[in-house]
Amino acid sequence: MKNFSDLYIALDQTNKTNEKVEAMVKYFQKASAADAAWAIYFLSGRKPRQIIPTAKLRMWAAEISQIPDWLFELSYDAVGDLGETIALLLPDTTATGSELPLAYWVENRTVPLRGLDESEQREAVAQAWNELDANERFIWNKLVTGSFRVGVSQLLVVRALAQVSGIEKEIIAHRLMGSWSPNADFYLNLLEASSEDADLSRPYPFHLAHQLDFSLEDLGDIKDWQAEWKWDGIRAQLIRRGGESFLWSRGEDLVSERFPEITTASFALPDGTVLDGEILPWKDDEVMAFAQLQRRIGRKDVGKKLLEEVPVVLLCYDLLEFGGEDFRQRELKERRAKLIEILDGLPDEARKTLIYYPAVEAKSWEELSKIRDESRSRRVEGFMLKRLASPFRVGRPRGDWWKWKIDPLTIDAVMIYAQRGTGKRASLYTDYTFAVWNNGELVPFAKAYSGLTDKEIRKVDRFVRDNTLETFGPVRSVTPKLVFELGFEGIQKSSRHKSGVAVRFPRILRWRDDKKIEDADTLDAIHQMLEAEN
Amino acid sequence: MRLIKPTERGLYVEPGDFYIDPWLPVERAVLTHAHADHTYRGSKNYLVSKEGERLFRTRLYNEGNIETLSYGKSTTINGVKVSFHPAGHVLGSAQIRVEYKGEVWVASGDYKLTFDPTCAQFEPVKCHAFITEATFGLPIYRWTKPEILFEEVNEWWRGNVEKGKATVIFAYSLGKAQRIMKSVDHSIGKIFTHGAVERLTRDYRETGVDLPPTKYVGEVADKKEFIGSLIIAPPSAQDTPWTRRFGAQSTGFASGWMRIRGARRRRAVDRGIILSDHADWDELLTAINATEAEQIWVTHGSIDILVRYLQSIGKDARPLETKFVGDAPETEIADGEEGD
Ligand SMILES: [Zn+2]
Ligand SMILES: [Zn+2]
Repeated sequence: MKNFSDLYIALDQTNKTNEKVEAMVKYFQKASAADAAWAIYFLSGRKPRQIIPTAKLRMWAAEISQIPDWLFELSYDAVGDLGETIALLLPDTTATGSELPLAYWVENRTVPLRGLDESEQREAVAQAWNELDANERFIWNKLVTGSFRVGVSQLLVVRALAQVSGIEKEIIAHRLMGSWSPNADFYLNLLEASSEDADLSRPYPFHLAHQLDFSLEDLGDIKDWQAEWKWDGIRAQLIRRGGESFLWSRGEDLVSERFPEITTASFALPDGTVLDGEILPWKDDEVMAFAQLQRRIGRKDVGKKLLEEVPVVLLCYDLLEFGGEDFRQRELKERRAKLIEILDGLPDEARKTLIYYPAVEAKSWEELSKIRDESRSRRVEGFMLKRLASPFRVGRPRGDWWKWKIDPLTIDAVMIYAQRGTGKRASLYTDYTFAVWNNGELVPFAKAYSGLTDKEIRKVDRFVRDNTLETFGPVRSVTPKLVFELGFEGIQKSSRHKSGVAVRFPRILRWRDDKKIEDADTLDAIHQMLEAEN
Repeated sequence: MRLIKPTERGLYVEPGDFYIDPWLPVERAVLTHAHADHTYRGSKNYLVSKEGERLFRTRLYNEGNIETLSYGKSTTINGVKVSFHPAGHVLGSAQIRVEYKGEVWVASGDYKLTFDPTCAQFEPVKCHAFITEATFGLPIYRWTKPEILFEEVNEWWRGNVEKGKATVIFAYSLGKAQRIMKSVDHSIGKIFTHGAVERLTRDYRETGVDLPPTKYVGEVADKKEFIGSLIIAPPSAQDTPWTRRFGAQSTGFASGWMRIRGARRRRAVDRGIILSDHADWDELLTAINATEAEQIWVTHGSIDILVRYLQSIGKDARPLETKFVGDAPETEIADGEEGD
């Protein structure tokens, strides 16, 4: 247990991915196969159901710590995490850490608690607390309450395991898919060198594009180019090989399980097919806001309700492999034609999820420019321009593919409210309300989150805590002091908003710490934009 | 009789006509210690501890009429007997004992019981009424023993030396910075100081506190000197360009709040070092008991919680309603000492 608790601390103490990977590598090199299997299980976000109700743990912890219940509750309020509160309150022990393995603690001291009656449970819990040091108590409490969580992605776990074993990341990621039991055999198979499953799941590197930074005319004749709408989703590759399907996101994360509708639809594809496309939230023949897709991204297990509320599609751009043959060196024109032929030939059910969007027809660059003005209303970011004769390359080469994005509308606004985030950011103020000037008064006009770096978020968080005017539950009003540049995709009149306008997709572009609140924009400026837009 | 009362200028001792730690200018001020939130400039006469004199003079820019009194000695102000007793908080920190017509009150100021090699150990003073602070008035706050804590710090520093990194600790420049430089293993590497720390460290040395050699960062010409060294800086230096000169570095923040994981994460440093100038929960209860006071007045921090707990164990405890208005100027908050 001590090694695992040391690993937890090491992971918790750093935000640097390299150091996280290094810490995991160190752990896996020392750990027994059974321990390593359990560690992977917990690190990759899997957890057993809650074993003991939290109300009981609270009661026992208060008794053993000899403090009244009200004081326990106030302590819990201050800490915000039950497992940690208990670890901090329990009397110090002379325990210097349990050398007993993680697998023993999970299999012998944690899971069996479920079958005991209450007084036996209490005794076993007290005994465990007695044998563990402060950090281990914290971790064990999290295991018992089914709330263990640590700041690593499965991707990082995969990287560490690849480093330990010398086996490719893609193979490890594939072997970690689906359901498995955390035991020594599983771990040994995971690091097995045999490579039968390797080629099956391996994606191609993505071909990426630069933003167009010269005039359109310099691209030459428009007839040599294909213009596609640039969708704002998750770039992905769908692989159908050897009777199995794999969906890879551009971050090279295997996301098949998160988007079951795409995986199911892929069963209809002929074997030896690889598609390049974009995962998009899509309903009633229309793309939904990216924020909706974010609801899906965070979830490993997607509930039925969410599946209905935010269905996704793979909007296919390109065909990278067909009939097991690498198609990437063929011309885009040929690949695209074949892609459409394949998709048109799918059964109706699969065609609903594996879709394509026709290329935009324009006779001149000028005409295309005009069509681009529809971007905002179509919820796209502009165009992708691809040379019809281009192969599917690796990386971000210049020349054949260009992004031609529209500029977001921007405004400088003052932060006036802050709200705590959710999930792993629940302890930080991450959601802000912004205001602009109107007759010498700051009027709230948009809420936005994201767009700042982690470091900036922490700085703003500290600012919020130091400059709170009033607190309303999770929301604080703050001294107007910070100015941010906000970007958004559109403005509409709105009688429901005090400012008289509603903005679409507001997000923080950057923190303008060079600006004073007097420099922020006015409501008039926004109304002018509104007129210009419509 | 309420010998010490809160007013809008600070704690007031009416029969003696003087204030304890006033935040607005007064005729006569008696100070507990030289932290920015207790030592304000602008009063006419100051009475301070002899042991903290240099620090007080620095903080007061040597303005006003500053008189001193050693721990344990007493003086009389308008018929009120006044004496200073070690509070164990920082160099020269004092509990202030006032006695009038047989009634004894003690204002603790900030205090701790944990051993600190840079200042005199807290001494309990018997009294009728004790005014205690409650910065860390929750049972989740229990400090690690200094010898264990500093061994962890040493281990971390050594690890950074091996990785060719500098070790940067953010800690308040008065008290905690000196406690850290005195307590770490100086054989590991050189110790450098931020300007704010260096100035106060000089006062410590001149008062006679034996500290290991340190060097002011501004005097270092070759940045290579920082590799493997320990740099001590005030919290306000965190995330500023000033820290760039140290190159590859691992950062730590020294504060009692670091006991809580959420607070550690918000600070965004590599290490939370649980080191406080204040009493933890157990120390508060021990100190309060040792005074044998009939009445406990609680101020500063988790007031309601400590009052409720003391009442639940049968003590006559009450909140000391402070009438503090307005905020301290920002520079003082940044470099201040409020509840760390
Ligand atoms: Zn203080
Ligand atoms: Zn204080």
